Amino acid sequence: MEDVLIIGGREIKNRLFIGTGKFSDYLLMKKALEASGAEVVTVAVRRVDASSKKDNILNYIPEGRYIMSNTSGARNAEEAVRIARLAKAAGAGDWVKIEVIQDNKYLLPDNMETLKATETLVKEGFKVFPYMSPDLSMARRLVDAGASAVMPLGSPIGSNRGVKTRELVEIMVREIKIPVIVDAGLGRPSDAGECMELGCAAVLVNTAIAIAEDPAGMAKAFSLAVQAGRLAYLSGIPSESLRANASSPLTGFLRDTQ
Amino acid sequence: MQIKINGKRETVQSSLSLGELILGKGLTPEHIVVEHNYNIIAQEEWGKITVRDNDNIEIISFVGGG
Repeated sequence: MEDVLIIGGREIKNRLFIGTGKFSDYLLMKKALEASGAEVVTVAVRRVDASSKKDNILNYIPEGRYIMSNTSGARNAEEAVRIARLAKAAGAGDWVKIEVIQDNKYLLPDNMETLKATETLVKEGFKVFPYMSPDLSMARRLVDAGASAVMPLGSPIGSNRGVKTRELVEIMVREIKIPVIVDAGLGRPSDAGECMELGCAAVLVNTAIAIAEDPAGMAKAFSLAVQAGRLAYLSGIPSESLRANASSPLTGFLRDTQ
Repeated sequence: MQIKINGKRETVQSSLSLGELILGKGLTPEHIVVEHNYNIIAQEEWGKITVRDNDNIEIISFVGGG
């Protein structure tokens, strides 16, 4: 039986979600998306600069991928809700990642405002994916508010520091019944693999792919790591032990016994 | 008359429709969303809205983001 992620009213086979920011050009971004096979792609919403003749980014997102607009730029729930509505009206579909940040140094999300925005947008029929700091009680509130998943950060956005929040993410995976998707700070494929081994439903990666020397290669590497981590999780990872447990038999040794 | 477009004050001729304003900027309607005085206006309605003095207009589209 195929391992499919059922989320936000859809069936997703590729558990690597990719962000489209920071690529040096849209063509490179397209190659990375193709190389990874990622089905879910995030975009941001901004004022149009009429003077810059920039291409429409949607022309560079391969066919059949799902767009998840993010509310980046929002400093409170009201701004997030406004951005989400604009994104939907611009044709992004009903999936939205809530990103509410007031902290410019670490870009850590404001969980309270994120909850407020989630409550409003769920009622308006959005499938809401809140980006959050991994606090279990807030995650429970987001579940009650009707979020489609919770998206705890691994480490600060763009920091490539990996799953520094591992312990808290692990708790969330055990206690939260909706998909847990680690988003932000994953710096290398093994970080993504680590999240999947913990039991996360998916991961969202942007910077580590976009600024790699070879984004398409890195996107593929991440995709493979996500598959490996997921298969490992499904296969039952053995627990750790303080002392050794011999791998070869302890009998029939080739030695004289007195 | 004076209006605000994407946060900047601009002088535009009167009795311009929203649609005319946007096309006048050389923008194609594909995947652009327009907010007129904080109301999202569907593309079909752009031609029906006349821009007035002190209107606040946001012209928005998608860009790369995480």
